[in-house]
Amino acid sequence: MLEPLLFELSDPGQYNDYLPALDVPEAKLDMPARAALPLPEVDEHTLVRHYTRLSHKNFSIDTEFYPLGSCTMKYNPKINEVVASMPGFALAHPLQDESTVQGWLEVLYEAQRILAEVAGLDAATVQPLAGAQGEFCGLLMIRAYHESRGEGKARTRIVVPDSAHGTNPASAARCGFTVTQVASDEHGCVDMAHMREAMGPDVAAVMITNPNTLGVFEKDIEKLTALAHEHGALVYMDGANMNAILGQVKPGDTGVDVMHFNVHKTFSTPHGGGGPGAGPVAVRKILEPFLPTPYVVKQGDRFTFDYDRPQSVGALHGYWGNSGIVLRALTYILRHGSSGLQEISENAVLAANYILARLRGVYATANENICKHECVLSASELRAKYGVSAWDIAKRLPDYGFHAPTVYFPTIVKESLMIEPTETETKVTLDAFCDAMLKIAEEAASDPDLLHHAPHTMPVGRLDEANAARCLNLCWAAPENDSSCQNGTPHDAHREVPQASTY
Amino acid sequence: MTYTALTEHDKAEMLRTIGVASIDDLFADIPAALRQHAKLDIGAPLSELEVRRKMNSLAARNVNFDQAASFLGAGMYDHYIPAVVPAIASRGEFATAYTPYQAETSQGTLQVIYEFQTLLCQLTGMEMANASLYDGATALAEALFMAMAVTKRSRFLVPRAVSPFYRRVVNTYMQGLPVAIEEIPFADGITDAEQLTSRLSKDVAAVVVQQPNFFGCLEDVQAIGEAAHAQGALLISVFNPVSLGLLPPPGSYEADIAVAEGQSLGIAAQFGGPGVGLFCCRKKFARFAPGRLVGTTTDEQGREGFTLTLQTREQHIRREKATSNICTNQALCALMASIYLSAMGPQGLKNCAEQSYHKAHYAAKAVAKSKGYELAFKAPFFHEFAVRVPSSVAEVNQRLLEKSIIGGYDLGRDYPELENVMLLCCTEKRTREEIDLLANAL
Ligand SMILES: Cc1ncc(COP(=O)(O)O)c(C=O)c1O
Repeated sequence: MLEPLLFELSDPGQYNDYLPALDVPEAKLDMPARAALPLPEVDEHTLVRHYTRLSHKNFSIDTEFYPLGSCTMKYNPKINEVVASMPGFALAHPLQDESTVQGWLEVLYEAQRILAEVAGLDAATVQPLAGAQGEFCGLLMIRAYHESRGEGKARTRIVVPDSAHGTNPASAARCGFTVTQVASDEHGCVDMAHMREAMGPDVAAVMITNPNTLGVFEKDIEKLTALAHEHGALVYMDGANMNAILGQVKPGDTGVDVMHFNVHKTFSTPHGGGGPGAGPVAVRKILEPFLPTPYVVKQGDRFTFDYDRPQSVGALHGYWGNSGIVLRALTYILRHGSSGLQEISENAVLAANYILARLRGVYATANENICKHECVLSASELRAKYGVSAWDIAKRLPDYGFHAPTVYFPTIVKESLMIEPTETETKVTLDAFCDAMLKIAEEAASDPDLLHHAPHTMPVGRLDEANAARCLNLCWAAPENDSSCQNGTPHDAHREVPQASTY
Repeated sequence: MTYTALTEHDKAEMLRTIGVASIDDLFADIPAALRQHAKLDIGAPLSELEVRRKMNSLAARNVNFDQAASFLGAGMYDHYIPAVVPAIASRGEFATAYTPYQAETSQGTLQVIYEFQTLLCQLTGMEMANASLYDGATALAEALFMAMAVTKRSRFLVPRAVSPFYRRVVNTYMQGLPVAIEEIPFADGITDAEQLTSRLSKDVAAVVVQQPNFFGCLEDVQAIGEAAHAQGALLISVFNPVSLGLLPPPGSYEADIAVAEGQSLGIAAQFGGPGVGLFCCRKKFARFAPGRLVGTTTDEQGREGFTLTLQTREQHIRREKATSNICTNQALCALMASIYLSAMGPQGLKNCAEQSYHKAHYAAKAVAKSKGYELAFKAPFFHEFAVRVPSSVAEVNQRLLEKSIIGGYDLGRDYPELENVMLLCCTEKRTREEIDLLANAL
């Protein structure tokens, strides 16, 4: 069922005419023109079939249950897309005179205001483009804050729990900070003793994820933020898991100073096969002067961009961020209102606990008691007994019509399967998924080979990921350029692991 | 129940299975004092009809391209978007999938990205492209990081003729790092070659050049590239993707890294985002590349398939040693760009670029005929040009707006020496009638 590449569908001479004839005189070309433009030539009908067939080779929220932990794969309401495609929003230029984009400015302003309220903090920027850039933005503000107090040179270190997402340490490194990792205790929460040891006068901030990547609310969060503040450090909260606590607890009340939202998780903007998203950042008053420029403010009944922010960390995007995504998120938030947001967390947590209760015993669990928006199971017993890994289970689930959970993350749980059902699945779906997980556990005992070679019903069987790195082929070339490595180049790939952690 | 899918009956049964009395018990691990303050104050829920009305009225407070002919560019362009682009990109199978970490259930997205990478190589003449970055400005910042990793040098020469929006973002990314960014002045709309060569030495990591530059003018990219390479510095090209229907691609002038904003390839302006950051480079730099890459491989039966590759560069494995912190990128916009490029094809893109060129030149002539207006630079340009106007740019734009025209960008905002200079743009969408109207309304 191999779908030809666009380039193999190219049929020289095909041409889709979308544009009218030129209605002005031709100007002289006072420059050397391009020689050849080797793009494919495909008629529109063939193109539509090509892309439609490709779309059939995807699992998606619209087609399957997609319990990918840490990703909050909830239903993406269609009204969000209708709003985003309204001409007044879709067809506006970022540099138009402010008087001609008051509607857009109000959208950004309202999003800033509401997100600050949900965070329990004082202000928010909607400019960051995704969670990782939100982290980067927050850490830049933290450094600027320390600099403003004459401690910029002294505070060079960020403390991050070992259960944190990879973007946390990577964002810290981007800012030029060094990273100290602290261990988690047996419940997956930050080990306070380690945390105390890790603190010092050179710490700029502690980065914390709450609920953490084990789906557990950090029970010592208030002690932890107090400890950081005692040492003059600030606390950054990775808010990727906000779906668990919307309207249940305001992060600001726990003592954190700055946090990001992943609106492509919590606020249902479509993941798009990897993006785009948005990573708005909310801050406490002390960090407000450092917010990125520009910042939307209201003057009387007029909205305007404020550029006059001498202490700002600067701009993070060519214009004002992924405004079209922020617009979708705002639409979703307004649909829910205060009570609706609270209902989201209630139902998301209920669904995760239900899965935990149904699978506990058959799968080892990293969650002691209750969990929040996701539960983390472990296949380590199945691995020890039958040689079946979390990877095998992930590959078998699609045969039952379900996307895999996140596997091998968090890394502190061996053979981890991180399951996040979200609030938008029916009990029928949750039950069918649990039944499949139980059936797979039986298969592990009766026919482990079935799992080692899964999936069996997908357009391709299990793919050799290591080989892709060994014979690096990132770009199609016409067949005559083939080498021994199937038009790829042998690549020094000694560091590539066959089973990359995925999430 | 806005979008939640559990009935009261379901909830009761689920609580029984879990063995707790109420949903509240599932939040017992959160200190009670914290929960007491958690009530949100963002208003009551709105029905779908109400939210649609509210958003419609906000949308109506923006002047859009359907209501007014836009001559505004400066990095974001009003090109025609064929209907096939949104029709395919809005398919739920593409729009609501996650990052293709599980290759077997994501072959659609993975093949799309592999084709996107290839289309960009064809468009730019570069050897490889990644799966996308956030936008053009952050793509330039990532290019600087790559250049540092490749050359082990940390001085950069960045012309002032490079978009001030991009330079702002680069400065944000580089603040606090041991990096020197030196601005190179321009003369008559293009980068001052003498200034550039005099600053070049063996400690320069890369020279950045934008083609066409922020003023729409064409730089001598060949000469700048040769000068950079002579000192062992890389050439980073910031290109305009539509212009490559007409202009020689970055690969032809030996760019080492080429980046761009891809919005003009079939993506609506949306007040600035989401667009898509395009990132291309030499294949030998693959190990230093930021973001995701899709490669080919085979399954157990030897069938060909696609998968994410070289993931050991990335944050989820390499953590603080990753080549970049980027995780979520702009995949759906990359899909739009792919559909656009394949639907337009070589003839369509060439036609689009040529029409933009001819219309901009027609407009420049017409505008320069108006009393008190003159072209600010003599350098050849693509589809944007700078015009010195007799009053403030804001006043001119106000007058144009009254005739349902969105005027140009005020260059004085970023260049004090260009006070009362306006940057105008023509895409293929501007009609002769609209251009004449513009010239008459000045
Ligand atoms: C816990 C956590 N933190 C941070 C991120 C990074 O966010 P983004 O992908 O939006 O950059 C993610 C998601 O990928 C995450 O799950």
